[in-house]
Amino acid sequence: MSIFNESTEVEIRERRLHSTLSYHGDANDLNEKSKQRALSCKGRYYGQCSDCAEGCAETITYHVIDAAVVSHAPVGCSVNVSNHHILGRAVSNARGLETHKVHMISSNIQEKDTVYGAAEKLRSAIYEADKRFKPKTIFIQASCASGIIGEDLESVANETEDELGYPIIPVYCEGFKSRIWSTGFDAAFHGILRRLIKKPKRKQEDLVNIFNFEGSDLFIPFLKKLNLRVNYLIPLASVEQLETITEAACTAHICETLATYIAAVLEEKYGVPEVKVPAPFGIDWTDEWLREIARFTNRESLAEKVIQEEHAKVLPELDDLRKKLKGKKVYVLSGDSFAHNIANIVKDLGLELAGMNTLHHDLHSDSPLQANTLEALIKSSGNIKNVTVCNKQPYQVLKILQKIKPDLLIVRHMNLTSLGTKLGIPTLFEGDANYSIGYDGVVKMGRRFDEALRTKKLVENIAAHTKLPYSDWWLKQEDPFYFEGGIQK
Amino acid sequence: MSTLIEQPRYACALAAQQTVLAIPNSHPIVHAGPGCSSKAFGFAAFGAGFQGEGYAGGSHVSCTNSSEQEVVFGGENKLRDTITGALKILNGDLFVVLTGCTSDIVGDDSISVAKEFATEGYPVVGAETAGFKGNSYYGHEVVVNAIIEQFVGDIKPQVQEGLVNVFSVVPYQDPYWRGDLEGIKNLLEKIGLKVNILFGESSAGVSEWKDIPNAEFNLLLSPWVGLDTVKLLEEKYKTPFLHYPVFPVGAQETSRFLREVGKFVELDEKKVELVIGKEEKRFYDYFISISDFIAEYRNNLPVELYTVADSTYGIGVSSYLVNELGFIPKGIYAIDDPQNSIQETLNDILLSRGGEFKDTFKVEADGGLIEADIRKKIGESKKAIILGSSWEKFLAEETNNLYTYLSVPLHETVILNKSYVGYTGGLSLIEDLYSSLFKRKTTTSRTQLFTN
Repeated sequence: MSIFNESTEVEIRERRLHSTLSYHGDANDLNEKSKQRALSCKGRYYGQCSDCAEGCAETITYHVIDAAVVSHAPVGCSVNVSNHHILGRAVSNARGLETHKVHMISSNIQEKDTVYGAAEKLRSAIYEADKRFKPKTIFIQASCASGIIGEDLESVANETEDELGYPIIPVYCEGFKSRIWSTGFDAAFHGILRRLIKKPKRKQEDLVNIFNFEGSDLFIPFLKKLNLRVNYLIPLASVEQLETITEAACTAHICETLATYIAAVLEEKYGVPEVKVPAPFGIDWTDEWLREIARFTNRESLAEKVIQEEHAKVLPELDDLRKKLKGKKVYVLSGDSFAHNIANIVKDLGLELAGMNTLHHDLHSDSPLQANTLEALIKSSGNIKNVTVCNKQPYQVLKILQKIKPDLLIVRHMNLTSLGTKLGIPTLFEGDANYSIGYDGVVKMGRRFDEALRTKKLVENIAAHTKLPYSDWWLKQEDPFYFEGGIQK
Repeated sequence: MSTLIEQPRYACALAAQQTVLAIPNSHPIVHAGPGCSSKAFGFAAFGAGFQGEGYAGGSHVSCTNSSEQEVVFGGENKLRDTITGALKILNGDLFVVLTGCTSDIVGDDSISVAKEFATEGYPVVGAETAGFKGNSYYGHEVVVNAIIEQFVGDIKPQVQEGLVNVFSVVPYQDPYWRGDLEGIKNLLEKIGLKVNILFGESSAGVSEWKDIPNAEFNLLLSPWVGLDTVKLLEEKYKTPFLHYPVFPVGAQETSRFLREVGKFVELDEKKVELVIGKEEKRFYDYFISISDFIAEYRNNLPVELYTVADSTYGIGVSSYLVNELGFIPKGIYAIDDPQNSIQETLNDILLSRGGEFKDTFKVEADGGLIEADIRKKIGESKKAIILGSSWEKFLAEETNNLYTYLSVPLHETVILNKSYVGYTGGLSLIEDLYSSLFKRKTTTSRTQLFTN
């Protein structure tokens, strides 16, 4: 069965990748149960706020250069546009591009629209976006409200596309449809695959597609060592750039959770091979990643030379950092797959990986050939104890941390990082998902851990004056996963 | 006014979870899709100068994370489970159920579910705050009124002389709310009142809310937000209210405000004047010390004023800058989407503070249109200062003018107890306005930033 089909929506992750939101055990067991598809996506009886697919979709659509976005929703769904705008400005400036401005208009669905429909509003928002921003494409972001009242985005998109003469792309990222927020990435990619991407006119043998979040420009200098060019996707790619991603020599990504769907489709439909080893985090994975890219671009011997040189360059400082960090325990808290990436750096710094929580877990990926980063991590670091899956849920994570008592915490998710701070654990925020790639990434993480330890008075001071909101009953409760089993009133 | 919104300046009604969080030891329980709570937090708390999760906000907010199942089969049972869990694991004096689009469109009777718990004696309140029902200001009023109706309830007031409940800025939606409410409380205490400030660091929390019916009067310090609340309290507890529509910033307005409050509750006039005299002396001792700077930097001083904020803060600050610092008002934009019927009143309030404001006032929630209007008015001028959000910062930088932060979203500053209210707030605003001159590029009195 082909991975891509022309239907308006891509299947949600619970059904497509058998994703789960709750697990506790160890890495080996999770990997085995994943292979047997022995975990389901059952909820918990009590939960704290999650995130939604729309929030993930907008991290892609807001950042396409020359695109505009119509949020077909009440105004609350698009309020984080200002934060994205600032990110877009900062990163585009850092990369020497023209300052990126996020161009978004909310159709501002109101009560009467939920009764009489909001198609007219959507049309007028599309035309207004055309007038204000003169875009080359417009994304329509769906919402819970537009989804439940049954708005026909497809018809409005087709109609306005005919009128305006450029692609109008519905993104079906209604928050209620999937419990796995990463489904929003797939929704945005599916829209782009359906309506924007074109067949290759030629092959660009030295061009590598890198699917990433909008992070630092570290892949260009890194792949320059192999005389390769980087096509950063999708944030800060232009519409033309997206049309031609099928011309690249291969596709890589910084996180399986982000981009295995589009990478698999690019390979299946357009013959762009996907790098099927884990992303370049930690020395061993970086070696293998470079080798795989070199294989696709006929640069094997150059790659071996680069690997040797880079190892030699980082080793002295790594030795020094290992001495400084010796005996420290690290806990990793991040999205699925990316947590494995960060965790793979831990051993290179001589640290102990005390546990790991991923915010969901896909039991498998879109294609059976794609990297299983959990298995790769077990291979490189051995079995890992204290492995859990939950979608934020600080009331649970708190208990896990209090039990494990890590010396250091590393988090890649906004508004979870402060939990470590409140507990007095020096915590790194891995907000820039490109920051720790490659050999330098290992060294930089070591320096950051060292600095976090040396400045820990700040977090200790905060912890000393923090009152947590949880009841004594909960703090004394033995089982952090109490609400997954049932509830008694 | 446009109904479409570019560059949103408020979130949806569900952002009233921040109103709940602003009451010490209180918890929202959100019955909505999985992203609503964290988006509201991202905008209203993170995007208001990194005010953060506080005691129990951010990712700690209890939520049903409604999915397809709740949309198809209804979410009342899921809500019951979530309330039960929240009551079990959280320490709190008050729990407020807030609904989102999913539950309100499918017709869950969430308020009745909340009532089931209240009937059993739990401090649980329910409010319908679906995003399509209104904005942050609307949600704030709905939640405040729900707490009064369902939690404070029908009790017989025992009026305490000199006790006042204050209803003013909307927590978090006003990024300076913590300092503002503390400042207002301090001012009122100085003239001898006892204050239920209701929100923030200087509030005693739920005990103040329970004390609401006992106040001698309610003070509404805002042009329109909260009017329904003080009217509700008048009807429910027969408490009179003073509606003072101009947020007091600087010496003139603050003194006027204190006099009016004093008159309303018949405080000893001499005592009030003594306080005002002392405060004004302090204010003007500081105030005149800007004269050296003003004299030296005459050529660099911004003089044209643009304000983008809600009608509470926007009118108060603009009046101060025009009347006490000589600014020329160019565009005063109210972003809080008041009903059409009171837009004229808002204009009149502003005009009551100076004829200079004629034709400067606009009610507009579409930030894109505000930007376009300022661009048109500002033209080639380099003598303007724009008070507003991060969006106005970019506009000011692009047009080579100055900016000062006044309204959300604010992503590039850290706010703790800053405030522009009262005498001290007025001084603080002077510092920020004129210091902004030096944050742009190296400025000296001899390099004429605006004219070269």
